[in-house]
Amino acid sequence: AKQHTTSSVHYSPLSSNNMSSSQQSPLLFLIVGRNEPLYSAEFGKPPGTPITAQSITRQNFIVMHSALDLVDKSCWVNSNMYLKVVDTVNHQMISTFSTACHIKFMLLHTGKNEDAIKNFFMDVYELYTKLSMNPFYRFDTPITSKQFNARVKAAGRRYLS
Amino acid sequence: MSRSTKETSILDRNILKQRSDQVSLSAFSYIYSELVQYHQSRVSNISELEEKLASAGYGVGFKVLELLAYRSRENKRETRIMSILQFISSIAWKALFGKAADSLERSIDHADEYMIFDYNPVTSIYVSAHQSAADAYISGVIAGILEGAGFTATVSAHAVQLEEGESRRSSIGLPVKKDKAVFLVKFSPQILERDTTLER
Repeated sequence: AKQHTTSSVHYSPLSSNNMSSSQQSPLLFLIVGRNEPLYSAEFGKPPGTPITAQSITRQNFIVMHSALDLVDKSCWVNSNMYLKVVDTVNHQMISTFSTACHIKFMLLHTGKNEDAIKNFFMDVYELYTKLSMNPFYRFDTPITSKQFNARVKAAGRRYLS
Repeated sequence: MSRSTKETSILDRNILKQRSDQVSLSAFSYIYSELVQYHQSRVSNISELEEKLASAGYGVGFKVLELLAYRSRENKRETRIMSILQFISSIAWKALFGKAADSLERSIDHADEYMIFDYNPVTSIYVSAHQSAADAYISGVIAGILEGAGFTATVSAHAVQLEEGESRRSSIGLPVKKDKAVFLVKFSPQILERDTTLER
């Protein structure tokens, strides 16, 4: 078991059935357009995790994908941009934020910290709006900007770990 | 004395409303006339020109929607037809043209048609013929905003005669306009269905 650098809580390596740890297991963050994910990032993953982590990441994507229908439904029923938790799978929850153009920010997480997640989404929303002002950025295309990536990762470190 | 070498990226810029956001009418008219002339030389008829101008405005619509929604700081999306149309005719029009659209009406004959009126759209102030073709750019912007918000619609620009008693706006030095511009918004049936379901 590794000692996580940002907290004194004993952090165990990735295992989805380890619920005794009070530290969150890695979070998956996706920006989803109309047809495909435009951006993805993971938070809370210490460097040098074993290969078994890969299968859990793929599972995360499948879980996210299955939540899309529910996200779509709440988009039309709820006119707020921050949609809070839209789906729960076992111990994992998916929180969503949907922009005016229905670009969805989805976060797969365990444990409830609504305020931190809301602040994270607000930061990413500001970054996304500024990015979309670029006349060379076409709406609903994958986001390749390195600066955007760096800022989102920094926001994730600030609010989510 | 060395200058700071910090690069300002687009992610650092302030996107809240600023004084420098305003552009002079002449600057806009020069650029827009170049855009129209560019397309005019490459199309064979007027409806193709309208299509090209509309597609030029389409991308602008998405960005306008995101920007204005962010600036309003309410963190809410419009989910109903009336509210998105009101957003377009008041907030979007004010941000783009400096004043709200002159009116928003629902068609009596067709349940899926709405009309936005503007007495003197900025794209056709200096246009002498086929004003509605020049206004196709604005139709594109409206269509982009609607599509972005999740309301698929076809938008077209038309010119209708001014009725008796309506004020005839005109710019200095230009002949008085005899008609006003109408932007006809026709929603697809699924959108209307969804709207009626949400009403319940």
